This record gives sequence, structure tokens and C-alpha cells, in this order.
Amino acid sequence: MSADSRTRRALSALRHDPPAVAGAAVLLLLVVVGVAGQWLAPAGVNDVDVDQMLHPPSWAHPFGTDELGRDVLSRVLVAARVSLQVGVVSVGIALLVGATIGLIAGYYQGWVDNVLMRGMDVLFAFPVLLLAVAIVAVLGPGLLTAMIAIGVVYTPIFARVTRAGVLSVREQVFVRAAVSIGASDLRIIRRHVLPNIAAPLIVQTSLSLAFAILSEAALSFLGLGVQPPAPAWGRMLFDGRGFVTEAWWLGFFPGAAIFLTVLAFNLVGDALRDVLDPRQLTLGEARRSTA
Amino acid sequence: MTAEPVLAVEDLTVTLGTRRGPARAVAGVDWSVAPGRTLALVGESGSGKTMSVLAATGLAPRTARVTGRVRLLGEDLTALPPQRRRVLRGRHVGFVFQDPSTSLNPVLTVGRQVTEAAEEHLGLTRRQARDRAVELLELVGIPSAARRVDEYPHQFSGGMRQRVVIAMALACDPALLIADEPTTALDVTTQAQIVELVAGLQERMGTAVVWITHDLGVVAGVADTVAVMYGGRIVEHGPVDDVFAAPGHPYTRALLAARPRPGHRDADLPAIQGSPPSPLDLPAGCAFWPRCPVRGDARCEHELPPLTEVGPAHRVRTFYPSPPTGEDR
Amino acid sequence: MSRFILRRLLQSAVVLLGVTLVVFLLLQLVPGDPVRVALGTRFDPQTYEALRSRAGLDRPLLTQYLSYVGNALTGDLGVSFRSGQPVTTIVLERLPATLSLALTAVLIAVLIALPLGVLAAVRNGSALDHAARVFSQFGVSVPDFWMGIMGILLFAGVLGWLPPSGYVALTDDPAGWLSHVLLPAATIGLVTASILTRFIRSSVLEVLSADHVRTAEAKGLRGRVVVLRHVLRNALIPVVTVVAVQLASLLGGVIVVEVLFAWPGIGRLTYDAVQARDYPVLQGAVLLVAALFLVMNLLVDILYARLDPRIRVR
Repeated sequence: MSADSRTRRALSALRHDPPAVAGAAVLLLLVVVGVAGQWLAPAGVNDVDVDQMLHPPSWAHPFGTDELGRDVLSRVLVAARVSLQVGVVSVGIALLVGATIGLIAGYYQGWVDNVLMRGMDVLFAFPVLLLAVAIVAVLGPGLLTAMIAIGVVYTPIFARVTRAGVLSVREQVFVRAAVSIGASDLRIIRRHVLPNIAAPLIVQTSLSLAFAILSEAALSFLGLGVQPPAPAWGRMLFDGRGFVTEAWWLGFFPGAAIFLTVLAFNLVGDALRDVLDPRQLTLGEARRSTA
Repeated sequence: MTAEPVLAVEDLTVTLGTRRGPARAVAGVDWSVAPGRTLALVGESGSGKTMSVLAATGLAPRTARVTGRVRLLGEDLTALPPQRRRVLRGRHVGFVFQDPSTSLNPVLTVGRQVTEAAEEHLGLTRRQARDRAVELLELVGIPSAARRVDEYPHQFSGGMRQRVVIAMALACDPALLIADEPTTALDVTTQAQIVELVAGLQERMGTAVVWITHDLGVVAGVADTVAVMYGGRIVEHGPVDDVFAAPGHPYTRALLAARPRPGHRDADLPAIQGSPPSPLDLPAGCAFWPRCPVRGDARCEHELPPLTEVGPAHRVRTFYPSPPTGEDR
Repeated sequence: MSRFILRRLLQSAVVLLGVTLVVFLLLQLVPGDPVRVALGTRFDPQTYEALRSRAGLDRPLLTQYLSYVGNALTGDLGVSFRSGQPVTTIVLERLPATLSLALTAVLIAVLIALPLGVLAAVRNGSALDHAARVFSQFGVSVPDFWMGIMGILLFAGVLGWLPPSGYVALTDDPAGWLSHVLLPAATIGLVTASILTRFIRSSVLEVLSADHVRTAEAKGLRGRVVVLRHVLRNALIPVVTVVAVQLASLLGGVIVVEVLFAWPGIGRLTYDAVQARDYPVLQGAVLLVAALFLVMNLLVDILYARLDPRIRVR
């Protein structure tokens, strides 16, 4: 079966999986909010209003107001873009770098493989968030460094998944046949290897997006993500934590936004895995750490 | 054959609930095995031979619906509560499954596994059980049994592992031994040894045996009676010599023709064209009809042939019991 | 078996060397002069020079690295840019707090996940199984700090049963420790439990369908005996290693939860070091955590080999 028809079959199978459909719907909504959040928001994210401080949810402010009287709903909506941006870019970095490393390691094997994968082992030896924090700490906090840090942290898992896929494809008859008739490495990789490792990579990507968004939220909770006054879900939680017993909405809504986003990616990712690559066990490895 | 059979099934039907609807794996099967005798159940995979035995002994998957009557040593198993059935099975029936590399628990010593049934059903203590395990391992021909009793399954070769499984099946001195393709996963020389071992043990202990196989070559050596299954039904049933001498069903003839014999090269063997029917969609008539070389009339396609007597205790489920003239293989 | 351990030991040593390199390079990545950055407004030339030479920053890079590794081997991880105290002391002081939190969290996780995962697998497709799946999906997706905040809201705010944050040493006041540890430990424990539940469920399911379980049933053993002796024993071997790996990563300090609950462990220390730009302390904490993580993983592999007779012999 070709990789293409497999993907098509997967997509049609997903349509009959209610959790996956729900997840996909939430993702669609998120993309809309991510693109148009600024225009959807009823108020400006930094409209301070000292007469409206810490107001509970009402018609005027459905998610209430924060300690500076800013509209929480507007901030939650606008912050969606940051989360998605960091998630997509960092996983993009991890996928690109990790898959390249895994491809080279698995295809050429030998000492190249050894050096590259030992390097990945080293990165794997750090708890995920700790490494991200350390990287951001030295590079200086901000949107770009958060993306780089999270990208670096998730690179090894992509390298491992890719390498495992390449190793199994390499031994197959059609690849050895291609090698024997003298096809170039690049051609073999493009025509034979890549289509066959696409499935595990797709699955890994969607699950990693969930973890990356969690990591971004954690970084911004620690003040290491996008810098104020720009709104970010994690940061809003951090700022709201001191008021939580008086103003529950400060802690509730941004957290619920993170939860729903991560849940949506997980639901879609799990469904993709069930269809595309049922043997892949990524959960334990990808999220070794909640730290 | 006047003695009360050890195990007898009557009109046994097994329906499996699958994602794509109910699948009738076994459709109204009768067979029995007398003390000390051997019944061979023969058929391709999916013919229902294994499922009929598992269902009879209460080991069918949870999704299976089983009807019919099963008598073990005179007790009607279908009327018994599951608890009692479990005890009867464990006490009186020994099982040898196909692949000894997976049918043993990898993390328990072989000694423990060989006699845990005896601990449960005969009330042996751990110490007695260990002595019994050594004895059983010696019985099945495992050298230095006293030492090897404490080893783990992966430390044994395939053939030795199957001997362990046989020892395990004999732990409670069963009245019946069920051997489900016990040689399929082994190499040829080991296969012969295992067949010989079981036959020898049977003679010594007077155990009845149900031997499930797709290999008619094995059947000739070990069985008294043979039942050929196809599409969940028995298509031919009779004394092994009669069936081999005068196979009545086209399917049996095809199986016999496909059997490798000395002096013939494998390439000359006529293979049976086509594949067995899906249990999800059994035909109304003879299940073998689409592949049948005889290819009778519309009756074969639409009407289920009854089991008809063609010799003493020799019955065949076909409208065309005698080999068509001039076409004997 | 000893050859297996030797090989893993060697592998871990190589990786650890790589870890020291990464940690060492962290300081080189700081844009500008790390000591100057760290001192900020407290800058004075004397302290500056002292710190620089103590950190060895005036020497060539390779020499710096070699002496960093050499010192680390003797337990010297440099001194804090802030307090001037040895980093090793600072980091080790925080270990008990993290240790007690991590162990409590894992205990909670196992107490939830073990029965839930096993029952979900044994009663595959039942209402309980569905509930277990919803629970684990929830736990894997929920940000732990959000759950922590909601926990504070409920148990400290609304109900007033537990203190919202803070730390009491176990050795000083066990009851006080317990009341303080419950919320953060439950926060981490629930997330860990959801991961474990999934893993246990699938591990048990896999063993349940194994041939040897049918063999055990054929022997007429009681259902309880089959599950305990022939299913759990096999299924829990990989689970033990997953629990240990989870514990290892929790020992790395659960930064966010420690910050949220003002729990003075390694994670909180890391956070403070980042805020204060106290790079030697950050490096020391990261190095210690990674080393702990490696050692734990090594122990896990050895443990696995001990538990599984198939590996034991090799």
C-alpha cells in the first residue's frame, strides 16, 4: 500500500472517531482565534481600567477582569496566537533538525550514526522543561528563544523516531534493489525512505505539538516566554495565582484555554496514531517529564 | 468402542462476535474420543478445528457464543457452572499448544509451571510439586531434570520446550490430552521425536488424545479416527485406515493428494486452488463447492449435503461420495 | 549480566561527559560577559575580578572545560555569583525537599494508576475502562500548574483544609510536612498517574492476550491466580521501569509546581538562579539533575534485567 493511500484512508477513518472530530473542531476554532483574535476580542488587551479591577465574569466581561481591570476574555483570545506560534515553530524546528539527524544517522549508519545519536542521548538526559529553562535563561527570555529552546528539547525524539523508521525501511527489498541499481542516495531517500517514515513522523508531530504548547505555557508561567505586556496564557496564570482565592476566573480561564488546546492536539494525535502507526509508543518517551 | 467416551461433543456451534458481524467458526459438529484412543481433527487454518476444542473445554474467547452439548467423563459440561467446568478441565484435560515459545510464561521457572495445576487440583504442596515436576520432566525425556527444573523457558531449545509443555499437560495424570498442532513450530527431526513421545506416553498412561493438525502425514501415524473439517463443519469422519484407503470427500482427496510423499518432488504436488470460505459469510450449500474439482450441480451450491454413511463408521458430507471414475488423483 | 551492566555503565559515562559539555557551554552562550550580567547593578571591580578568576573565565576554553570536569569530579561545581557559597552545598541543601515531594507524588500516582490500569484492562470495554481512558486523557493534557492553582482555590480557598503553599521539613514536623506536601504532590501525582494508567492498561492488555495466559487458563487455575501470577507479574515488569523513569524526572525538580507552591527544592532553586542570573548555580542544578537522571535510568535498566529472567542471563 502506498503511503499516500494510507494517509487518505487514515483521514477517512478519523471522520468516524468522535473524540478526534471534537479535537479537530477545537483546533479549527483555535486557528480562527489565532488569526483573528485581535479583531474578535471585545476590548484591547492592555486597556487598563482602574474602576473595573478584579470584577467577576459579567455580560460586559464574560471572563471577568484582572488586577489592572483588563478584560480577561480579550487577553485569552489574543494569547492563542502566541501559543500556536510557539508550538508550530518549535515543533517545526524539532521536526526539521531531528528528522535530518535521524535520516543521516539511520541511512549512513557507522560512526556518523554513533556520534549523532550519542549527541541526541545527551540532550535526552535532561528533563524536558529543565533544559528549556536553562537555554532560555542563558539566551534571554522572549518569544524567539522560547521557540528555539522548545525546539531543541524535542529534537531527540524526532531523531529517534526517524532513525528507527529509516533502519527498518533500509533493510527492505525495494530499497536494497534501488541501491544495487545505483540510484543516488538523495533519490533513494526522497523516493523510498521519506514516504515510508511519514506516518510515524506525522503522529509524532501532532503529539509533540501538544507537549510543546504545554512547555510554552510552563515557560511563560515562569516568566521566560513572551514578555509583558503581551498576553500569554501561562503568564496570566502566574500573575493570577496570587489572587486565586479571591478571583478564581484569573486562574481558571487561561488554564482552561491551555487544557483545551493541548487536549485537542492529543485527541487528534492519538487518533492519528491508532490509524497510521498503532505500534508507536510515544507517550512515555515524549513526556518523560512534567517538570 | 463401547466404553463411555472421555470427551464427546454434540451439535457444537460457535459464533464469534467480530467487528464485522457474527462469524460462525463452528457449525454443528459432533465427535467423540474413547479412552486410550486418538482422534485427529484435520483441516486448514480457520476450518474450526481448534475452536471446536477450545469451545468444548470452555476456553473459547469471551466474545464467543457456544451452543450444543459437551460431555467430559460423563458430566455435561454445558450444564455446569463455569467454576466447576474450570476445575474439571484443569484436573482431567491436558493441553499442548502449537508454539512452545509463547505458550510458556517467560518469567516463571519451568518447574513451577509444570506442576501448578497439580498444586491446584491435586493439593500438592510446593515441595511435593517440585519433586513431581522433576519426575515429569524425566518422563518426557529432559536430561538432568533435577537441575533444569529451576530454569526458565528461554533456556530450553524449541523441542525441549515442547517437552516441558507436554510434561505440564500430564501433571494431573489427565484422561484426555489435547494436542493443538504441537509440531508445527518445530523442525522436522524434532517433530518426529515429539510425535513419538506423545504416542509412547499415551500407550503407557492410557490417555485419550485429540490431535489437531493440518498435516495428514502425522494423522496416519498416530490416529485411530480422523475427522476432516472444512468451513466449520465435519466433511468426513471415519477410521483412519478407511479414510486413507477410500477417501469419500473431494476435499479429503485433495488433502491426501497434496501430502508430500517420498519419491515425489514438492513441485509436483497439486495444490488446492482458491482459499477457504470466510466464517463471516458461509455459503448456503457445500462450503467446499467453490474450490471443488468435482463441481457437481446447483444442488451443491444451494443445499447443504448431509453426512452419509459410506462404510462402517465412515461418514462423508457430500453429494458425490465416490471418486469420479478415471480421476483417482 | 555483568557484561550488560558494564556496557550500560560505559554508555552512561559517555553521555554524562556529553552532559557536562552541554552544561559547560551554557555559560558560553550567555550574550556578553556572564559575570557582568550577573552582577548587574551590584557591580564592583574587585568582586568582578574575583568571580571571573574563580570561575576560570580568564583562561582558554579547553582548559576551562577540562578544569570544570575535573572539579566536578571532586564535587566542586564552583561558587554562586550571588552569595559566594559553594554551588554543591547550595544544590544538595535543596535535595531533601525535592526528594520528599517526588516520592510522595509517585506514591500517589502508583496508588491511583495501578488498580485503575489493571481493572481497566481486565474489564476491557467496560464503563470503568472508559472512565480510566477519560481520566488519563485529561491528565496528559492538563497543565500541572493550572491543576495546582485550582487545587489551591478549592482546598485552601473554599474549603480551607490545606495551606496554599509553603514548606515544612519532614524531620521538623511530620504533620506540618504532610499538610504542605499534599497539594503539590497530588498535583504532580495526578498527572503522573494518568501516564501510568495508560501504560499499565496497555501492558496488561498485551499480556492478557498472550498464549501463556491461555495455557494458564487451560490448567484450570482460578481467575485470580491467572491474573496475579500469569498476567500481573509479566505486565508489571515494564511498568516498574516506567515508574522509575517518572520518579527520575520528578527528582529533576518539578520547576513549575515548586514555584507555584513555594517548595524550596531543586526546581525552585533553578528558577531563583535564572531570575538572579546566578549561572554557576543554574549549571550546578542542571548538571546534578541530569546526572541523577542518568543514574536512575541506569538503575532502572539493571532492575529490569533483574526482574526479567530473559535478560538476566545475558
